[in-house]
Amino acid sequence: MPVKQVNNEAVWQRREPLKQFTIWAGWMLGGMLFVFCWMLISENTIWEFLYDADEQAASLLGRMIPPDWSITGSLMIPLWDTINIATVGTMLGILIAFPMAFLAARNTTPHRAVRALALGVIVSSRSINALIWAMLLVTIVGPGILAGMLAIALRSIGFVGKLLYEAIEEIHPTPVEALSSTGASRTQVLAYAVWPQIMPAFAGISVYRWDINIREATTLGLVGAGGIGLQMNAAINNLAWAQVATVFVLIFATVVVSEWVSAKVRHAVL
Amino acid sequence: MSRGGAGLGDSAAELLRLTQARQGHWKPLPLVRDSRLRWFINLSVLIYIVLAWYSIDINWGRVAQGMDRGLAFIASFLRPDFTTRGGEILSGLKESLTMTFTSTVIGVVLAIPVGLGAARNIAPLPVYLFCRAIIAISRTFQEIIIAILFVAMFGFGPLAGVITLAFATIGFMAKLLAEDIEDTQREPLEAIKATGGSWLQWINYSVQPQVMPRLIGLSLYRLDINFRESAVIGIVGAGGIGATLNTSINRYDYDTSAAILLLIIVIVLMSEYLSGYVRKWTQ
Repeated sequence: MPVKQVNNEAVWQRREPLKQFTIWAGWMLGGMLFVFCWMLISENTIWEFLYDADEQAASLLGRMIPPDWSITGSLMIPLWDTINIATVGTMLGILIAFPMAFLAARNTTPHRAVRALALGVIVSSRSINALIWAMLLVTIVGPGILAGMLAIALRSIGFVGKLLYEAIEEIHPTPVEALSSTGASRTQVLAYAVWPQIMPAFAGISVYRWDINIREATTLGLVGAGGIGLQMNAAINNLAWAQVATVFVLIFATVVVSEWVSAKVRHAVL
Repeated sequence: MSRGGAGLGDSAAELLRLTQARQGHWKPLPLVRDSRLRWFINLSVLIYIVLAWYSIDINWGRVAQGMDRGLAFIASFLRPDFTTRGGEILSGLKESLTMTFTSTVIGVVLAIPVGLGAARNIAPLPVYLFCRAIIAISRTFQEIIIAILFVAMFGFGPLAGVITLAFATIGFMAKLLAEDIEDTQREPLEAIKATGGSWLQWINYSVQPQVMPRLIGLSLYRLDINFRESAVIGIVGAGGIGATLNTSINRYDYDTSAAILLLIIVIVLMSEYLSGYVRKWTQ
């Protein structure tokens, strides 16, 4: 027990002096790094813009309230497009992520090299935001809903693939052994020993990703990939903040509903 | 699994299934027991897919035109160009990394009081509702939307990005922290309260030790997310590598884009490896 002698009396200390010093030094280093980073940011910031930030914020808010409800009707089709981008994109993503997860899981992969390749696909897809995928795809397949769907799908592969292959690696080995010992083929083992064990996780992950995709799909229009983001971008470029506020309210409502649906489904399956 | 047919409800179909199974024609149980509901679900999914398909209008001519570019993009990953725009990539990356670190620190520090306030077992109702409202607003809107607003308020540059990421971090961290606090064991909380400790002592000695490992793990995870987001918010002028990436894509300079994307992937991989190591160490 670490003790310290104070006036010939042993006083309890929480840690050994060296460990205490190390922790203290760690905090010190972290603090210094923070100050250093802040200095770099401060150098690249035009502080003059900040002097009237409160006025800017107030005028922005003033122009946003009340929202311009007259455009609500014309936003319904873009909203439907947004939901489609998220839903169909999620479906496409799952379609690719599903086999990828089996190839990436240590206990179902056919070969170690295949596993490394599948993990590479999953990591690259996960590291790159849907918006970046959308920027790329807009230059490749042209602006529109298709680019958005493909962007969502590409981003979902990594997310669904990672969580699913972790679920596959955590399955109980007993059913797999039992089925293998009866002479079941590889596909039969996957279908009757592995699949039933990961199905609830699979449904949960898919719905969770769909919920995230709804949020992401609302912004894809900023780079021209369809959906309600297009209208938002147009309104921002016209400085029509009252219309922007309407879009915000619609996005908020859609996200709340999708989160509610997702929570319900996850409660039902898990 | 030795379940009899009698316990399983609608008996005629079940009996038929069992007889068939005894004769060697076994079929797994359907996911949805009620066959009408099953058909209804299948049909509605099919109808939805058809409807959704009609909402996409694919311009096949444009897609065919773009295919060359698609191939060029894939090929550029084999010959990423780090040097031509090396200076811009380096400064963008430096800005992204500093933004990531600063915003995570600020965000986590601010998220702790909000998280404490959003935990129902330690906060009074008005505080709880207020903190939950902050979390809901911060979580609903994507970083890029918040960035647009903050760029309008604070002007172009990394400061708007830092504030955006910190704001998004508050919602994320506070929600998960509040859930973690709500899951803590009640006994230590009551024990410290019974000794007459002040509110700060109560939090410090009963709540903090229970949530600290998770808090550290989540902060590292958020660091990772903030880096990825910092690559995006540059598109709307909030600093970071995103602006360089956006320019290179718009110029069809895919070799530079590939270099930037590869750098992002490598940094994300490294931070994931590091956070796994730290999490093992804290638990």
